[in-house]
Amino acid sequence: MSSSKSLLVGGYEVVIGFETHAQLATQSKIFSRAPTAFGAEPNTQACAVDLALPGTLPVMNQAAVELAIRLGLALGSHIAEQSVFARKNYFYPDLPKGYQISQFEIPVVQGGEVSFFLGEEKKTVRLVRAHLEEDAGKSLHEDFIGQSGIDLNRAGTPLLEIVTEPDIRSSAEAVAYAKELHKIVTWIGICDGNMQEGSFRCDANVSVRKPGAPLGTRREIKNLNSFKFMQQAIDYEVRWQIEQIEDGHAIQQATVLFDPDTGETRAMRTKEDAADYRYFPDPDLPPLVIGRDWVEQVKAGMPELPRAMAERLVRDYGLPEYDATTLTQSPAMAAYFETAAKTSGQAKLVSNWIMGEVSRRLNAEEGDIAAAPVSAAQLAAVIARIADGTVSNNAAKQVFDALWSGEGSDVDAVIEAKGLKQMNDSGALEKIIDEVMAANADMVEQFRAGKDKAFNALVGQAMKASKGKANPQQVNDLLRQKLG
Amino acid sequence: MNELHTLGVSELAAAIAEKKTSSVETAQHLLARAQQHSGLGAYLFFNEEATLAQARAADARIAAGDRTPLLGVPLAHKDIFVTKDFATTAGSRMLSGYQSPFDATVVQRLAAQGAVTLGKLNCDEFAMGGSNENSAFGAVRNPWDTARVPGGSSGGSAVAVAARLAPAVTGTDTGGSIRQPASFCGITGIKPTYGRCSRYGMVAFASSLDQAGPMARSAADCAVLLSAMAGPDIDRDSTSLDHPAEDYTALLGQPREGATAAQPLKGLRIGLPKEFFGEGCAPDVIATVRAALAEYEKLGATLVDVSLPRTELSIPVYYVIAPAEASSNLSRFDGVKFGHRAAKYDDLTDMYKKSRSEGFGPEVQRRIMIGTYVLSHGYYDAYYLQAQKIRRLIAQDFQAAFAQCDLIAGPVAPTVAWKLGEKSNDPVANYLADIYTLSTSLAGLPGMSVPAGFGAGGLPVGLQLVGNYFQEGPLLQAAHAFQQATDWHTRAPQGY
Repeated sequence: MSSSKSLLVGGYEVVIGFETHAQLATQSKIFSRAPTAFGAEPNTQACAVDLALPGTLPVMNQAAVELAIRLGLALGSHIAEQSVFARKNYFYPDLPKGYQISQFEIPVVQGGEVSFFLGEEKKTVRLVRAHLEEDAGKSLHEDFIGQSGIDLNRAGTPLLEIVTEPDIRSSAEAVAYAKELHKIVTWIGICDGNMQEGSFRCDANVSVRKPGAPLGTRREIKNLNSFKFMQQAIDYEVRWQIEQIEDGHAIQQATVLFDPDTGETRAMRTKEDAADYRYFPDPDLPPLVIGRDWVEQVKAGMPELPRAMAERLVRDYGLPEYDATTLTQSPAMAAYFETAAKTSGQAKLVSNWIMGEVSRRLNAEEGDIAAAPVSAAQLAAVIARIADGTVSNNAAKQVFDALWSGEGSDVDAVIEAKGLKQMNDSGALEKIIDEVMAANADMVEQFRAGKDKAFNALVGQAMKASKGKANPQQVNDLLRQKLG
Repeated sequence: MNELHTLGVSELAAAIAEKKTSSVETAQHLLARAQQHSGLGAYLFFNEEATLAQARAADARIAAGDRTPLLGVPLAHKDIFVTKDFATTAGSRMLSGYQSPFDATVVQRLAAQGAVTLGKLNCDEFAMGGSNENSAFGAVRNPWDTARVPGGSSGGSAVAVAARLAPAVTGTDTGGSIRQPASFCGITGIKPTYGRCSRYGMVAFASSLDQAGPMARSAADCAVLLSAMAGPDIDRDSTSLDHPAEDYTALLGQPREGATAAQPLKGLRIGLPKEFFGEGCAPDVIATVRAALAEYEKLGATLVDVSLPRTELSIPVYYVIAPAEASSNLSRFDGVKFGHRAAKYDDLTDMYKKSRSEGFGPEVQRRIMIGTYVLSHGYYDAYYLQAQKIRRLIAQDFQAAFAQCDLIAGPVAPTVAWKLGEKSNDPVANYLADIYTLSTSLAGLPGMSVPAGFGAGGLPVGLQLVGNYFQEGPLLQAAHAFQQATDWHTRAPQGY
């Protein structure tokens, strides 16, 4: 209980539930054959069905259902053998039919959970459901000779709306949940995860209450399309709600938007003007029937999930939990690690390098590990040369940089060309050390007088004299011997 | 040949194939005849150029030795079907001038069999009505008595066939819209099993009930059209049934087991629901239907009493479900993308209100209001859900009846055609007139209207035949046998 107490904000417990719209990575729309590509000229990716022309009818895209099944399998949910499409009726210019086809009473994915680490603590957020639905188009309010433009390219794009129980207790936990869900949907290939293009949109239902009190009235923050804004928005909203309550105002149920410029949330509409959507089963679509054999078939094609893979990396490679979690950020990174670790036989070194040099370079260049200039095999070769003592760690970084910038591709050739081979000949090294001791008699004197710092200075001198090629461990050992 | 309009589908196809006439000649003759009788209001739109181009193409195919059952035969389509060569309005001001970029599946399939389109036929606005007085483009008149309604909503379709302005046409039936006008106009029409014909390209009224079907002078001609129209369209209509197309014409020629020349329907059990012959049905209608049933007995059929106990409930159930679906289906007509938009409006809400108030007629607005109400929060369970439950019971009642019989028979409507304007201020009276057709639609069963004779005022009366699911073949067969023995279906109104 102490951990939850520490999460209180000004004496209030924060309660958050999430609704995430993940755009499914299908080629065509959920109920038509029009393509789903992003960024095309307005209204060029909308067919008669998307425009809701008289006489058109929806036909379910099987690929979208399959992606929903994948999510259900990944999150341990129940895949409904029969789910029902319903019409959500409301008028809006970018909603061509005057209703959205969604799932209401019986969704395709039911229950399940998302587990993740918040620092050292394992958290689990339960899911209520995930349902299939179609996206609306877009209203373009700028510059149409005093009128609004409508772009229906997005109309009919398949979405999976993933709804959690109100299990989240802080903005940090909310972000961690969203990141984990984002990782899972991209990992299993059902969503491209592009938040800027709106492929992964989060709504957070936020309320506060005194510990032990019933749930407070929630306000829904819509369209959180970056993890950074998500945390800012929730933090602002929590502070705002607590202030309201402290000032004696009741919270009104409302939908709010976060303005990144002001850092504030503001209400779009309150419950009073909430529409009556008049949901009813869509008579144009029979119930969606998913046979067990289909689920089994999808299951057989599922990749190893990140959580399971992280556990395996700990088990098989002896990696710390932290490393395993970091390396399972994406299937590409995990594959990179496994290839390099298997080839070099140096799992922990590979892990350090991926989390260090490789990530640093990728972050700087906003690159993707799948297309990294240094392949997993090349990294393995570099690490093998560290392990067998051919190069020092520092020299290896120079080799890595050279490979990265395209100066060469063969690791040994680069080592050779740059003269980075470590000096392992103890006779030559002894000679260097003797010379250094002779030239720095004062330091030798200081060391013998008890100043440890002088030892490091002598090592540095010896390394310098070897032009960095000496094996530092060997220099250490020899120097200690000679200083007696 | 100047009597081309007297020929039915098969006769016309034969005459064209044998080059006694041409498709172009036939089309021109019928177009001229339609103009001549434009006072009936049956047709809404023509496109002579497109019609003649189709006819020329058909003639070229015939010259090349091609043969399909409808090659060169001119037909016309209810204006509920979208067509790329003709305007499509669904009888509504809302869609005035609307041009579809594609043809409905049914239209496409008939064209693929060589049919030529003469034009589009008047109907009640969005197929809502039973008198064809709800068309934004004017009422249609019954050729048997032009002071009377032709029935609806496929009124223009029925009149085109009855007045010999087309040998056969398409119609749609949601709660009786093929069968009732067929009955009122003395022609033959069949509403197939729900899902038998694709709904793709039909302007939707009530999705779970809408069904396309042919209307013609005989069951044999209906069989030719239905063979082309029916069949799966699962890539475009999810409610289309995955049941292969059938050759109904071939079925007509197959003798029933145990049949004799004198008794072609020997062994056929016809169930008579007692609820269809009660007080609500006019005596002249009952007498005409009874006489037709006596003819069926002569043909070898046996009559058995059955019961459809929830027949009366079909009216409230239908008038909850159909408007509920319609209120949602018609939401797309908002003035944003296509259809009518008010000339002046203050803001978005005002644009919606004005465009829809101006674009929809009173009956359509009434049904949108009813449908919106029954789906509203707090009313959904009491109305829509309850109606769905009773709908299932109605379907079960039919299955119980079919345990005792092969077909069900009764009147199509409680009366003959009424006078124009007689019920136009009384929507409930209009709704009650649907009592014998609604339950079949709610159950999704195939039903047809067969000319059975004449009632009061010499006006036609139709015999309704209802079959079990996918029993269109046996239905058409029973109607065909009757038409081989009687000549009611060959009668034309005077002057046509």
